[in-house]
Amino acid sequence: MFRWSINRFCAGEEKRVGTRTVFVGHRPVSETDAYVEQKFCDNRIVSSKYTVWNFLPKNLFEQFRRIANFYFLIIFLVQVIVDTPTSPVTSGLPLFFVIIVTAIKQGYEDWLRHRADKEVNKSSVFIVENAKQVKKHSEKIKVGDIVEVKADETFPCDLIFLASSNDDGICYVTTASLDGESNFKTHYAVRDTTGLRTDDDIDSLTATIECEQPQPDLYKFVGRINIYRSNQEPVARSLGPENLLLKGSTLKNTKKIYGVAVYTGMETKMALNYQGKSQKRSAVEKSINAFLIVYLCILVSKATVCTTLKYIWQSNPFNDEPWYNQKTIKERDTFQILRMFTDFLSFMVLFNFIIPVSMYVTVEMQKFLGSFFIAWDKEMYDEEIKEGALVNTSDLNEELGQVEYVFTDKTGTLTENSMKFIECCIDGHKYKAGISEVDGFSHTDGPLKYYGKAEKCREELFLRALCLCHTVQIKEGDNVDGLRVNQERWTYISSSPDEIALVKGAKKYGFTFLGHEADYMKVQNQKNEIEKYQLLHVLNFDPVRRRMSVVVKTSTGKFLLFCKGADSSIFPRVQRDEIQQTKVHVERNAMDGYRTLCVAFKELTQEDYKKINDQLSEAKMALQDREEKMARIFDDIEADMHLIGATAVEDRLQEHAAETIEALQTAGMKVWVLTGDKMETAKSTCYASRLFQTNTELLELTTKMMGDSDRKEERLHELLLEYHKKLLQDFPQNSGKLKRSWTVSQEYGLIIDGSTLSLILNPSQDSSSSNYKSIFLQICLKCTSVLCCRMAPLQKAQIVRMVKNSKGNPITLSIGDGANDVSMILEAHVGIGIKGKEGRQAARNSDYAVPKFKHLRKLLLAHGHLYYVRIAHLVQYFFYKNLCFILPQFLYQFFCGFSQQPLYDAAYLTMYNICFTSLPILAYSLLEQHINIETLTSDPRLYMKISDNAMLQWKPFLYWTCLGAFEGLVFFFGVYFLFQNSSLEDNGKVFGNWTFGTIVFTVLVFTVTLKLALDTRFWTWMNHFVIWGSLAFYVFFSFFWGGIIWPFLKQQRMYFVFAHMVTSVSTWLAIVLLIFISLFPEILLVVFKNAKRKNYQEHPLSSCSLKLPAITVFLGMNKTVPFNLPMLLSYKSMENGYTSEMKLEDAVTNLTQRCHLRIPQMQQL
Amino acid sequence: AMAGIGALSGNKPDNTAFTQQRLPAWQPLLSAGTALPLFFCAGLACLAVGLGLHFSSDTIRELELDYTGAPGSGHNCSRCANASLAGAGGCTCSLRFELPERFPGPVCLYYQLSNYYQNHRRYSVSRDDRQLSGDASGLSNPATECSPFRTDPRGIPIAPCGAIANSLFNDTFALYHLANGTFYPVPLDNRGISWWTDSNIKFSNPELINGSLETAFKGTTKPPNWPHAAYMLDMGNLNNTGFINEDFIVWMRTAALPTFRKLYRRVHEGNFSSGLPQGTYRLDITYNYPVLSFQGTKKVIFSTVSWMGGKNPFLGIVYLIFGSACILTGFVMLAVHIKFQKQNQMDVE
Repeated sequence: MFRWSINRFCAGEEKRVGTRTVFVGHRPVSETDAYVEQKFCDNRIVSSKYTVWNFLPKNLFEQFRRIANFYFLIIFLVQVIVDTPTSPVTSGLPLFFVIIVTAIKQGYEDWLRHRADKEVNKSSVFIVENAKQVKKHSEKIKVGDIVEVKADETFPCDLIFLASSNDDGICYVTTASLDGESNFKTHYAVRDTTGLRTDDDIDSLTATIECEQPQPDLYKFVGRINIYRSNQEPVARSLGPENLLLKGSTLKNTKKIYGVAVYTGMETKMALNYQGKSQKRSAVEKSINAFLIVYLCILVSKATVCTTLKYIWQSNPFNDEPWYNQKTIKERDTFQILRMFTDFLSFMVLFNFIIPVSMYVTVEMQKFLGSFFIAWDKEMYDEEIKEGALVNTSDLNEELGQVEYVFTDKTGTLTENSMKFIECCIDGHKYKAGISEVDGFSHTDGPLKYYGKAEKCREELFLRALCLCHTVQIKEGDNVDGLRVNQERWTYISSSPDEIALVKGAKKYGFTFLGHEADYMKVQNQKNEIEKYQLLHVLNFDPVRRRMSVVVKTSTGKFLLFCKGADSSIFPRVQRDEIQQTKVHVERNAMDGYRTLCVAFKELTQEDYKKINDQLSEAKMALQDREEKMARIFDDIEADMHLIGATAVEDRLQEHAAETIEALQTAGMKVWVLTGDKMETAKSTCYASRLFQTNTELLELTTKMMGDSDRKEERLHELLLEYHKKLLQDFPQNSGKLKRSWTVSQEYGLIIDGSTLSLILNPSQDSSSSNYKSIFLQICLKCTSVLCCRMAPLQKAQIVRMVKNSKGNPITLSIGDGANDVSMILEAHVGIGIKGKEGRQAARNSDYAVPKFKHLRKLLLAHGHLYYVRIAHLVQYFFYKNLCFILPQFLYQFFCGFSQQPLYDAAYLTMYNICFTSLPILAYSLLEQHINIETLTSDPRLYMKISDNAMLQWKPFLYWTCLGAFEGLVFFFGVYFLFQNSSLEDNGKVFGNWTFGTIVFTVLVFTVTLKLALDTRFWTWMNHFVIWGSLAFYVFFSFFWGGIIWPFLKQQRMYFVFAHMVTSVSTWLAIVLLIFISLFPEILLVVFKNAKRKNYQEHPLSSCSLKLPAITVFLGMNKTVPFNLPMLLSYKSMENGYTSEMKLEDAVTNLTQRCHLRIPQMQQL
Repeated sequence: AMAGIGALSGNKPDNTAFTQQRLPAWQPLLSAGTALPLFFCAGLACLAVGLGLHFSSDTIRELELDYTGAPGSGHNCSRCANASLAGAGGCTCSLRFELPERFPGPVCLYYQLSNYYQNHRRYSVSRDDRQLSGDASGLSNPATECSPFRTDPRGIPIAPCGAIANSLFNDTFALYHLANGTFYPVPLDNRGISWWTDSNIKFSNPELINGSLETAFKGTTKPPNWPHAAYMLDMGNLNNTGFINEDFIVWMRTAALPTFRKLYRRVHEGNFSSGLPQGTYRLDITYNYPVLSFQGTKKVIFSTVSWMGGKNPFLGIVYLIFGSACILTGFVMLAVHIKFQKQNQMDVE
């Protein structure tokens, strides 16, 4: 998405405080007050970073802020200034290449942004000036301008809605491009301006708008409009989000509207929302930096050693300056210290290639190109929503292979969030719909089963409540084909699927909601009569109150309040004696995994209503703390209600959710469910999704356990200590190493709810609280699965942060679908959004978005694993190949009097990393599948092989470094001994130093490429092409480079060197031999490793495969994992992973237990 | 940092082998089964090559004669060495030596210097290839790299400039074979001792002016260490004088290591076309080149050549060792393989 640059272009920045006053149409409110034009930023959207003029300096500056680039710039400058062994070209060219490639990429991206900006900024809008419409570019809109917007146009800036073509001052808006919610939202104009429906009328309006300074929250807005009429007191009206039309949303079903611009350009809510998400960095990147430091140390020490030895060696005068090799005058005249310093710098320059320039480009390219495979993956494409996976950042691909903790939302993530009305209870009587129900909008007159019956009037009241207490709207169906299917002419739309399910449920019982008509809600009752209710107030749902209410006026003039909400929020607000009978039902439904809502009502007297109305209007007018005031009033209103009944809505588990969770757990990840839902519901979902097994011992830290008393905190501490002790007994050697072990010991599960969590995290008295916090954390980390219910969005993020910052800094992943998951998605190392039904906010703020929870399995187990292996290999390989590239150069210094004589020709130094050895590793890092994708997905335990950044630990790094050092030694000393007699041609002619270097280099290029070929387990035609192509190119280039006298070169060092080299049979034999010797240990190690694996894979695996019946069955492939799985050398050896003996009986009992999943839940409760 | 990939993925992803990462692929596995024959084959091949190399290297005859004449060594050339230490040149000395067996032709005559850093950076950059290719501007204005042998104190450009050219090896050798009591000169061929591409393309004399090379070199001066100018390197032979003198070209190809040999002459003419017969020889040396000042040594080497070049036991030995190592590992692996297989069979039972 676009990243909007900081609004430093805006003049309004300094005075962000307080409120702003907008003069509608720039008209002064009175003659006496001097109208002061306030300075606001214009409506120009600037998402681009650069202009034509500042692109070069700014881009270069940004690029050189990167340590690696800066380092190479320094090296380059040293080469230019100081007399160094290699020409500045050798490091300048790769740097130039890197800079150019990056600049082109960034320039292109910026050009796209410019184009998009221009499209937005130059689009034409109509502004009403002096009662006339003036066509202007969108960027010319100023705060205070009155803008006219027609149907299906997007709003050019944030507008306060003044009037629409409709009489009632209503317009419909879709915010699909803002938050992905495609339902129509209704916005209202202030009553006093709705009549101004022509240009002349609107021009007569004199008003000011006071509103808060821009802030990014899309759903918050506080303001006040003061309307001045001649000779009258100004009228003040409150403005809320329902009066604000956001830039980026689209006008629907309304001919035209007038609005006044309040926030423009970079101050619109949309622009503010797109501002920089915090940059997430992957663990691999940290490893790279650590390795870089090691190599930097190697580099510096090499240079120091050489400089020191040089001066020791030169202390002999005949070494310092023999008669045949006299110093230049300049050299004689330089001070010793300065000479030493330049010598040091020269050595640095000579060895600087040990730090791979091109690695960053390759890594970036690998990440960028590699992430396409996620977006392209057909298996992650969902037919229903017609979308596949979305990659918002490519920086974290490999982090997907490192996840240790998965935090998942429940509703919409584990479950489908497609609600089905199951049953309801009215006054304690249970009503269950027939099973024959079709998930459509058909009239089901099928038999309803009654389990006893409530009074008729209570039934009707309940159903009316369901029909009225919601925010569902009706969307006219598209008659595109001209086919008018009578029943499906319209559909219900709502931001909450529960509400639709309830309305549909009511319909089944004969009460149909027919939609809004002005202020009225129409309901068709069981006798097919239309009832009309005037909708007076909607007390909106919010996650804190966990309920919503409507106040309606019946046709008979009665005022009614209907309230529905979670049982915990309703029960305290109704008559105590009514609770009991309903509570039984609610609890049983919750145990069955249904979402329950309680419905209550209250009759209001005229006076009551008047009071409420006044209070609400007053609160709505408030400029400060409006939300709190409103909440307080809502609290007052929603009291002393009467409970009518409860509903049960089923939210089915998403397909394969259970298998996915099981696979994730098998892969060593710990899955935590963080939900706002009730404990019982969440718990049953956890059982159904196999997060808790029947043998899992549950530790509860819930309000229930605490009791109501004031001793809550002490009780909590007691519990914490008790659990802690219990867990310590079970895991005696408290080494913290138990994670990811595949043991069959007792598994523990923890359940905690929001209020208890806040008790732990924010204790009332601060005595020893941190101690309990850490005890709590220890308990959490020891449990295989944790369920956190009744979580507020911020608490979710708190949990994630707590785990993230715990010992060892485990990699966390959050997955969720709703706006309430955004905070935890942003907090976790990797945030995954589900493209769910609750809007697109989660997907938009995520790093990756997938259509379904089950896609997590492939995303982590296959893509994540592969990306990690690929990039880890890429990094190690890069360091390795540069070590064995530079080591011979270092060794050569011992044989050339430490004179910084380069071993290789400048062309080879330059081309080595950018041409000869770059493409094979890039192809490898994009295409490698050392294990089949199918195998990776079907055997989750393979994921543990790369846990804890296994391939980038110091051990594998040391292995690669040793390999590189060994090969460097072989290259150099092999050729050194060969050159003991430098007459290697059959005619007795001799070779010089450039041939020496070329032989070393040839062996190097071939060995390094063949080493990669050995590592490649997945040879597509592309791998063949680039590997053999690179080698062929090297040979071709060498002939070409040596075949011509290059006029721009001062010395024709390489002239026919390569051609002469290949005429010598001895050289051929030496090259082949040295390549073989270099690769020999690697081959040996791989073969032995494979032989060993082949041995021990046979029995533990076959018994273990019993443990994964669900997965093998689910994938429809009953084959066991093939025996000849290749294992990477740097794979972790999982002692307790593969060799843990599991008794057959255990496995079988385990299996049978899992078959009866739904039974044990009863026993548990 | 990137824009959202797949933002446009409203359309279904392509179902191609590439996008789904299902490209047909060869998936080799380096298991003991595949590696065993490989090890044996490679081992046997290496042994074969090693034997060939070793045999070839063994048949090569080589004779080294050190004529540094370090003081106190009692060497025949000590006198000259002392003279060279004193700065005098042009001293001659002779070495008598026996060839214990016949050296089959062609026999190459090398000189070898040690502790001589031709690969020192300051030294090896001190040349001007443009000048050496006969370029007129290079002649009149040598490259700065040649400094301090770029111009003489009067500012006259040196041709050929630079430290390498200045330090041209200038000992000369003459070989005599004792037959019937008299020493007969052995003809030494100085043609074809440098790379063809060097002497014909990379190095070339400045264009003759009025058919005279001397005139072409006018305006330049000789390197300070040279007794005479470049065009007088081989007076009689226009194809071997000036920059294209083969001894000069050989010298200009800087050696890789501080101990190096360079081809001096070949024996393949006249009575000696089939090689040097067994017997007594005398080598007359014009001892000009001082090496004692930097503790170097000078040697003359007579060597026959084969398809693998000069004598080089290293390659053959390493091939033999590596081949044996391969076969040995093969056997070890076979043992491990069999052991594991047995174990597995037992497990199955």
